Amino acid sequence: MSHMLALLAAVEGDVGAIGKGLVYGLAAIGPGIGIGFLVGKSVEAMARQPEAAGQVRTTMFLGIAFVEALALFGFVLSFII
Amino acid sequence: MLHALLASTVVPPDPFHAPGTEIFITHCWVGSGEWCMNRAMFWMVMSAVIVIGFFVLATRKSKLVPTGMQNLAEVTVDFVRNSVIMEVMGKGGLTFLPLLTAMFSFIFVNNIFGIIPGISFPTTSRMAIPIFLALMVYVIFNFMGVKSQGGLTYLKSVLFPPGVPWPIYFLVTPIELVSVFIVRPLTLSVRLFANMVAGHLILTIFAVGTYYLGAHFFFAEGANKLVGLFSIPAFAMLLFMMAFELLVAFLQAYIFTILTAVYIGGAMHPEH
Repeated sequence: MSHMLALLAAVEGDVGAIGKGLVYGLAAIGPGIGIGFLVGKSVEAMARQPEAAGQVRTTMFLGIAFVEALALFGFVLSFII
Repeated sequence: MLHALLASTVVPPDPFHAPGTEIFITHCWVGSGEWCMNRAMFWMVMSAVIVIGFFVLATRKSKLVPTGMQNLAEVTVDFVRNSVIMEVMGKGGLTFLPLLTAMFSFIFVNNIFGIIPGISFPTTSRMAIPIFLALMVYVIFNFMGVKSQGGLTYLKSVLFPPGVPWPIYFLVTPIELVSVFIVRPLTLSVRLFANMVAGHLILTIFAVGTYYLGAHFFFAEGANKLVGLFSIPAFAMLLFMMAFELLVAFLQAYIFTILTAVYIGGAMHPEH
């Protein structure tokens, strides 16, 4: 830990760029996992019940839209900070 | 002489600067000040002209067996009718078909401007357009909720969803209040805006990269000319990202429309 702190203290130059990268990188982890689960489960549902594929697809896009918004907040924030 | 002229206009400026948010700043074309006509505004007006002109031209002499433009117009309306309204609102939502079709085509045309060479600027990547559309949706779905349920019943069905044991309301009500009345317009606009900004940035980065690397072919000396070879994968990536942006443009217009339909449908028919 003290190594890390010493390293951080030694970082010079444009530290803001590192912060921006971190903001978007961290914001993308959760939604990435979430969309993976979401699409995986939707494919499973469509394979089990092909006649419900249309409804599953619509609901999947809705879910993706909600999950993706979190990552996009991170993206926008990385420009703001 | 010619070579000198070429060198002064075609050689990329040194050193390389990665494009950032400054590529979204537009300059006045006509007039001056805050209300002048700039690139974003011009193309936004053009997109309205394109959508209106297209639908008027396509359906002016409509035939029973559609051809050409009428085909495309019918496909657009059918798509919004069958895979947006019928899926999430049911038959009762068909009154919103004109609104949602107009919204879908307007957003799609504005998004597609980002990959048309010569325009190369998705107008929805300026926050004003998505936030205006989202505020319009906000007003419409709240108005429809109040109109079809009455003000107090609407508020009650939003803030106190039925089928929940009463102590949970301490948790649910503030969450619903924030998520319906504050987060909804925010996410709706930020989703469209951020997607288009990200797409435009990626396209610009690969285009500038192709330019810088390709310039090595012509202006570098000796073995440095070989650096120019790297412009080939950069250009291939640019083409690939353009195709991907076409998909994103369609998907974002679709998602914006379907969320609008969900919000309006949810306000008109509360859960039981």
